[in-house]
Amino acid sequence: MIKTLLAQIRQYKTAAILAPVFTVFEVLMEVLIPFVTASIIDEGIEAGNIHQVYFYGGIMLLMALLSLVFGVLAGRNAARASSGLACNLRESIYEKVQTFSFSNIDKFSTAGLVTRMTTDVTNVQNSTQMILRVAVRAPVMLICSMVMCFFISARLSAIFLVAIVILAAALLFIMVKTTKIFNEVFRKYDDLNASVQENVSAIRVVKAFVREDYENNKFTRAAQTLYSLFVKAEGNLALNNPVMMLVVYGCILAISWFGAWFIVAGDLTTGNLTSLFSYVMNVLMSLMMLSMVFVMITMSAASARRIVEVLNEVPDMSDPDQPETQVQDGSIDFDHVTFSYKHGSGEKTLRDIDLHIKSGETIGIIGGTGCGKSSLVSLVSRLYDVDEGSVRVGGKDVRCYDMEALRDQVAVVLQKNVLFSGTILDNLRWGREDATLEECAEACRLACADEFIQRFPDRYDTWIEQGGSNVSGGQKQRLCIARALLKKPKVLILDDSTSAVDTATDAKIRQAFAQKIPGTTKLIVAERISSVQDADRILVMDNGRVNGFDTHEALLKTNKIYREIYEAQTQGGGDFDQPAQTEKEGV
Amino acid sequence: MKKQKKETMDLRQQLAAMKRVLGYMLRDYKFSFFMVVVCILGSALATLRGTLFMQSLIDDYIVPLTQAQTPDFSSLAAALASVAVTYGIGILCAYGYNRIMVNVSQGTMRNLRIQLFRHMESLPIRYFDTHAHGDIMSIYTNDVDTLRQLMSQSIPQLINSAVTILTSFVSMLVLDVPLTLLTLVMIGVMAFATSKIAAKSSVYFAKQQKDLGIVNGYIEEMMGGQKVVKVFCHEEKSLEQFRRLNEELRESADKANTFSNITMPVNMNLGNISYVLCAVVGAVFALNGYLGLTLRTLVSFLTLNKNSTQPVSQISQQMNSIVMAMAGAQRIFDLMDETPEEDKGYVQLVNVQEQADGTLQETDQRTNVWAWKHPHKADGSVTYTKLEGDITFHDVDFGYEEGKIVLHNIKLYATPGQKIAFVGSTGAGKTTITNLINRFYDIADGKIRYDGININKIKKADLRRSLGMVLQDTHLFTGTVMENIRYGRLDASDEECIAAAKLANADGFIRRLPDGYQTVLTGNGSNLSQGQRQLLAIARAAVADPPVLILDEATSSIDTRTETIVQAGMDALMTGRTTFVIAHRLSTVKNSDCIMVLEQGRIIERGTHDQLIEEKGRYYQLYTGNAIGG
Repeated sequence: MIKTLLAQIRQYKTAAILAPVFTVFEVLMEVLIPFVTASIIDEGIEAGNIHQVYFYGGIMLLMALLSLVFGVLAGRNAARASSGLACNLRESIYEKVQTFSFSNIDKFSTAGLVTRMTTDVTNVQNSTQMILRVAVRAPVMLICSMVMCFFISARLSAIFLVAIVILAAALLFIMVKTTKIFNEVFRKYDDLNASVQENVSAIRVVKAFVREDYENNKFTRAAQTLYSLFVKAEGNLALNNPVMMLVVYGCILAISWFGAWFIVAGDLTTGNLTSLFSYVMNVLMSLMMLSMVFVMITMSAASARRIVEVLNEVPDMSDPDQPETQVQDGSIDFDHVTFSYKHGSGEKTLRDIDLHIKSGETIGIIGGTGCGKSSLVSLVSRLYDVDEGSVRVGGKDVRCYDMEALRDQVAVVLQKNVLFSGTILDNLRWGREDATLEECAEACRLACADEFIQRFPDRYDTWIEQGGSNVSGGQKQRLCIARALLKKPKVLILDDSTSAVDTATDAKIRQAFAQKIPGTTKLIVAERISSVQDADRILVMDNGRVNGFDTHEALLKTNKIYREIYEAQTQGGGDFDQPAQTEKEGV
Repeated sequence: MKKQKKETMDLRQQLAAMKRVLGYMLRDYKFSFFMVVVCILGSALATLRGTLFMQSLIDDYIVPLTQAQTPDFSSLAAALASVAVTYGIGILCAYGYNRIMVNVSQGTMRNLRIQLFRHMESLPIRYFDTHAHGDIMSIYTNDVDTLRQLMSQSIPQLINSAVTILTSFVSMLVLDVPLTLLTLVMIGVMAFATSKIAAKSSVYFAKQQKDLGIVNGYIEEMMGGQKVVKVFCHEEKSLEQFRRLNEELRESADKANTFSNITMPVNMNLGNISYVLCAVVGAVFALNGYLGLTLRTLVSFLTLNKNSTQPVSQISQQMNSIVMAMAGAQRIFDLMDETPEEDKGYVQLVNVQEQADGTLQETDQRTNVWAWKHPHKADGSVTYTKLEGDITFHDVDFGYEEGKIVLHNIKLYATPGQKIAFVGSTGAGKTTITNLINRFYDIADGKIRYDGININKIKKADLRRSLGMVLQDTHLFTGTVMENIRYGRLDASDEECIAAAKLANADGFIRRLPDGYQTVLTGNGSNLSQGQRQLLAIARAAVADPPVLILDEATSSIDTRTETIVQAGMDALMTGRTTFVIAHRLSTVKNSDCIMVLEQGRIIERGTHDQLIEEKGRYYQLYTGNAIGG
């Protein structure tokens, strides 16, 4: 894990090395300064020698300046290294995600990927900075101070050893105890925030049922629980400071006492004693810092692990060695295809599908939720790989094609589709970068999108908000269809892509397809029977299997499921939403 | 609709926010806070006494010992013992304030959270419709959290530093005035340097926050659309744009962190320089006997000088986090300062018993007969009107923003038990009308009457209790299925909840869940299908058993079989109730007593299905449009 992260430092390696090096120098200066202050007092002031005061004062001034320079350089490099690492990490994750297949994305979920690139990276950045500066500073400080102490008086320094052991044990005990409670605290904290989230999004329900007081009480109880846990955890931490003081003061008293004996015996000078006091403080401060670093590292370790998970994920789809770049025609064949989202889980989403579709045919696909309609069409553009059997487009297995070439020829309008922030034209040109305005307008006319775009004040330059939140569901779907059409694909797949479009417009789009792009194979997945009934053939899916595959008339006679759906819908399943003539105007 | 947040706050605003934060702390924890200050003072004094003792240790105890013939350590032992006691008190004080501070800061945070939540619950729907939910959430997650850190870390440290500086200064003043002035000048230089660095770094920190927001926004958008990116083979382009934004963020983060990193060394070494200056000037004074400065005083003074500059650099370290926390505090207070929903209603909903003579008698028992209790201010009398579910709109105008009317001249009559369907395109105003009945929004002109009473006179809570609501987006809460159904009526028994589930056609699927009615739902019921969630929402409304229902039919595609089950559940719920339904399904419309066709905020046609077909107007168009190809 550490290795993967370290590799990401790349061009900021120098900074990452320089930061601790400068920190070491800075610390050395800091350690030496008390030595000089002792000299100022002992040899200068106490001795009444003003020249010594000037001399040592000059040295100390020089050291302070050096320490300043080193400190600034260390800070500069630590900042550069940590923000550089964060930048590299974000980029690497982003790059990695681009190579992910659909099933890789499903595994992490969108929210999971976003958290990893935002919160987790920030955590790692902060702790890197911390480690580069403090984690180097503390041990160096500790060792240097110890050396100085032993240099002054080895026997007196033995007192430290005892103190350090006591302090380390006490701090460790507190930390271990507290970390456990903190884990609990953060879980409860997440719960509390989740309940706020629920209240914000469901505020209409809360208000409609007049449940404000009920929610308030629930929240109050949760906040109280959180409070108790926090108090318990931080109450433990409150011991840190007093424990440290206890040890420090103990040391000072002990050193005073034994130091006095040593001085009387002539083993120690008074100036030495003063310096010892400074170093005691340094040693114990470093221990304190180390315990902080320890907490910091454990907290960011979880984030680091989650980042490495993404970086180490192997994309489960790759281009073949000698890929085909041309798709001959729009014919599609399923040869005994079996498919599951989790390979080898036994839960087959599709079972033994055997279908043969000719180039230029229009195929309707219908069936209940979870019957495998979407899964079936997603195999055609190789969004997922089959478990058994094969899917062929233009006569060749989809796994033989260069992925980009295949997806350019097989255009999918996904069920959960999105528009991106940008103008309508920007969005359309996702389909083909160099499409002219006229080509875009032509695609929009086919998708019945031109009519409402023309009514926007800025027409094709209308700005689309993130996720297309400023256009209606039906408008969004039509823009998505136009975007796919711009690819001029050999196969066009509409995965429930007109569900929010009113039936009249839906019919107009299908008519336009039949007239303007007759050569394109069209697969239309729908819930509405009116969307598929005039297709050349209709595929009825049930529980991952083909239940029927024939024309509308034939299926009405022979297929029970199809007849059921037909009857249910024609007896009152129409949709009154969003008629074409009164689309929501403007932005 | 996203509100543009203020990028920076001026000093006055920051101080005002700080004052308010401290106000919250002091309000409930005056005594504890006082104790904290006392303890900090005690601990600082103990530290000071210790420091001063160490100075005298050598001169007053050790040096005499070295000169004595037979060293007597007893006076040293006594002195050390007395210092040990002082230290002991200091340690106790330190524990005291650390521990009390935990209670104060966490308690304040708890109270603040609760108050924030309560206030949010009291806000009108308008607030939630005009503020991005992500922004509201970030107040709880980010802003409250930075404030927590401020309270539990920065504030105690600030107090501690301030007290240390104060005590050191008082002692320094006692020791020597000119040198104190010199020290003060150096501290002035430190403060100046800090403020210069802080000013620079706060500019870069603001830039960093902005860039971080942009990068995070981009990540969210592109990760959300990653599958589309794949389908369109757009990986390279999306990466290219990301690299640019990412590099910009790196640069601003680099600068911001550099400046905050160098604050500490700059201050520490300015402190060292201050020490040298004092030592040299002091030595010159002392050796020449100016101003009566003795060498011993000088040595003590130098220790104090070192002690006083440390807290200054500690304070400067805290500056950035204080500025950030204040920006967060400001957003918290902005929410707390939003005006809550107003309720001037005084007509209440009460349980009544019908007497033999037909009059209504108020009772505390649950009789399932309800009446509006209407006190009349003029003569002090009280009248009871039976709750029937008769709703009328008289020339109602409404706009979400003042001066922008979206509903014009709405007239509507629904007698008890009638079913009214609204039909029309998105944005025609269907949902808006239903929002007016339960007063999520208030009308601009006209009148809405409920059983003959102007709804403005009815207490909002009572009005809403009498109206059931099933929304298109089903929202469920974390908890068991049973708890979610009981949300409709908190005192409903298990049997009543199950009966409601049966009525709503939900009983069947609930029993098939792993733990039946005790199955725990999480994340808005993400473990259920869309149709199942709708069934639960229907059951929830059914258990409330309201005389009036507002239904928003789902447009989302659920498959035909589930659709039929949901439809049956809805139909069962509607029986015998006045129902307003935003209709998407032909069957619903056909069964309605009256259909309102809305277009651009006006009712353009009304009547039954047959009448409207006869008229051959807009409804006919919709109906036949629907039939194209069929």
